[in-house]
Amino acid sequence: MTAEARPVVPEPRWGGRSLTAARAAAVLIALIAAVTVAYATQGQPVVVTQAVITGILTGGVYGLVAMGLTLIFGVLDIVNFAHGAFLALAMFVTFGLVAALGVHPYAALAVSVPLLFALGWVLQYGLLNRAMGGPLQNQLLITLGISLLIENALLLFLGANPRSAPLPGDRALPVLGAVADTSRVLAFAAALALAGALWLILTRTRVGTAIRAVAADPRGAEHVGVDVRRIYALTFALGTACAGAAGTLVAPFATIEPTTGQLFTIVAFVVVVLGGMGNVPGALAGGLVIGLTEQLGGVFLPGQSPMLPVFVVFVLALFLRPQGLFGGNG
Amino acid sequence: MTRPGGLPGLGGRGTRRNLLLIALLCAVMIPLPLVLPPAQQAVAVRVLIFALMGLGWNLMSGFGGMFSFGHAAYFGIGAYTGAWLLVERGVSPWIGMLAGAALAAAFGLLIGFLSFRYKLRGAYFALATFAFAEMLRLIATNSDLVNRAQGYNVPLIQGSSLWMLQFPLGSPGYFWVALALVAAAVAVTWLFLRSRAGRFTIAVRDDETAAESLGVSAMRYKLLTMALSAAITSVAGAFYVQYYMFVDPDLAFGANVSIQAILPAVIGGVGTLWGPVVGAVVLGPLSDVTATLLRNPPEALSMLAGRAGLDVMLYAALLIVMVLALPKGLYGTLAERRRG
Repeated sequence: MTAEARPVVPEPRWGGRSLTAARAAAVLIALIAAVTVAYATQGQPVVVTQAVITGILTGGVYGLVAMGLTLIFGVLDIVNFAHGAFLALAMFVTFGLVAALGVHPYAALAVSVPLLFALGWVLQYGLLNRAMGGPLQNQLLITLGISLLIENALLLFLGANPRSAPLPGDRALPVLGAVADTSRVLAFAAALALAGALWLILTRTRVGTAIRAVAADPRGAEHVGVDVRRIYALTFALGTACAGAAGTLVAPFATIEPTTGQLFTIVAFVVVVLGGMGNVPGALAGGLVIGLTEQLGGVFLPGQSPMLPVFVVFVLALFLRPQGLFGGNG
Repeated sequence: MTRPGGLPGLGGRGTRRNLLLIALLCAVMIPLPLVLPPAQQAVAVRVLIFALMGLGWNLMSGFGGMFSFGHAAYFGIGAYTGAWLLVERGVSPWIGMLAGAALAAAFGLLIGFLSFRYKLRGAYFALATFAFAEMLRLIATNSDLVNRAQGYNVPLIQGSSLWMLQFPLGSPGYFWVALALVAAAVAVTWLFLRSRAGRFTIAVRDDETAAESLGVSAMRYKLLTMALSAAITSVAGAFYVQYYMFVDPDLAFGANVSIQAILPAVIGGVGTLWGPVVGAVVLGPLSDVTATLLRNPPEALSMLAGRAGLDVMLYAALLIVMVLALPKGLYGTLAERRRG
């Protein structure tokens, strides 16, 4: 990575405000145009309404999953291929607690978040810190190894049978003729809350300031007394804790399998690149764009996989705006 | 590069020594399938397929310095081109192999051109290669042209035929063909590295700005390396279909395939001529060892009888250990010690 492309968790800096706003508006207009065309060409408007609602709710979930990843990518410059595996681990913890103790799925947050935080800390401190500053692919290969280890340990010990951890009283809420599951609406709300919480931690606390300092210039941060290795561990742990929270929150409506995480890893990377790496609100916005792209893609190209348009958007974003749709100009 | 043959990773001073080594190893390996029991023969063929994939990946990512996380794209193009031509048109797999290599090289050129045109580097380049491989997987899964998710079965023929690349079960033919392909891939890599183009490629990897300032076109040599790497990996795919007689979108384009192309080189030594071969010898037998272990597990592991996943856990652990403890890989570390 060249020096000028170094990732930085953006300050709440609204310098390029007009440009960012223009790009956000362009994306919004494109989405609105796509929805309008869909309404005009499709016979049943309710199909489109359902696609839009599902797209927004799924998009919120994607944003939720991508938040931890964008933090890790932005601050540590690590392509964390294990993010989905952490998510799957949290889902299995949730399932285990629900199945064994009969607790409410959301109560599992009290276990999954601290557990994943601790795991993230240990992995960064014990393994990844040794590879920091080395070639980029070394960190990628380590997280790949971690991901394969977690997935296959789940497969080995728990088997490949899909599980579920349904939310008690989960039902379909009617919205404009379409429907939205309570669990998805709650996950969406949690995504907003988590984005807010992360934003506050990063911008309003000493630790957050240290994280941003390390992201901007690790050596400079070290000179002013920041324990960089500790901040690395803390950031990675925060990222995995987010995966823990996301895993528990999506457990009620996701199919819980050892390989569930793979799909989320891919989508989360798309969202991170789209939102700009290290950009937490960007992750939420990117998640919404991807959620809607996927659903509208399903409306326009019924025979194709909904992921295909997502990858097209991904490749375009990589080529044209690798710093993210909503970031500054690097 | 003043000293011919003294390039890093070429493993030694002698210019002809590597060719001699290839010939010698082949001579030793040729009788191998005649003495191995059938089950071990299958392991040996798997080792050779791993080696071929690893050699392809290593050329682009080790010697070319462009980390690919999407070699499944080339493997899959090779596999599907061969399968499609054979099943739909009855064309010999050898011609399918050549056609697949040409297509894979063209696809590599396309990805490379776009990536370098838009100056993708590091993580972004790796993610782009991954995205292209996944796109091909999704297209293959949903396209009637290639039988959607069902994929292809290779039609059985009567008897055995080298031209149709089909031999009876347990015949040493598959092993010999794979051995010849691996030997050819090692030889091609060696010749490429010794050539002018190969040296420019390494110069561009080590310092792109310096190489460009001396008039070396970075784009040109990067593209050349990518195309060659893609072609070699596609041959592995084409052979894979002939050997296992089946292919579907996940087996051809899945993320696991990309990982399997990376592992041999990382374990044996990234950017060394023999690294991927050494890594493949380590990796190939792993899944058989664990399968045997779990079929008749010792007391302590009895609850895991018949479960899957242990082999992948082992090579994942091996991967982490290698990256942290021996970043130059088994062969790379040894070669470096010996040069001292």
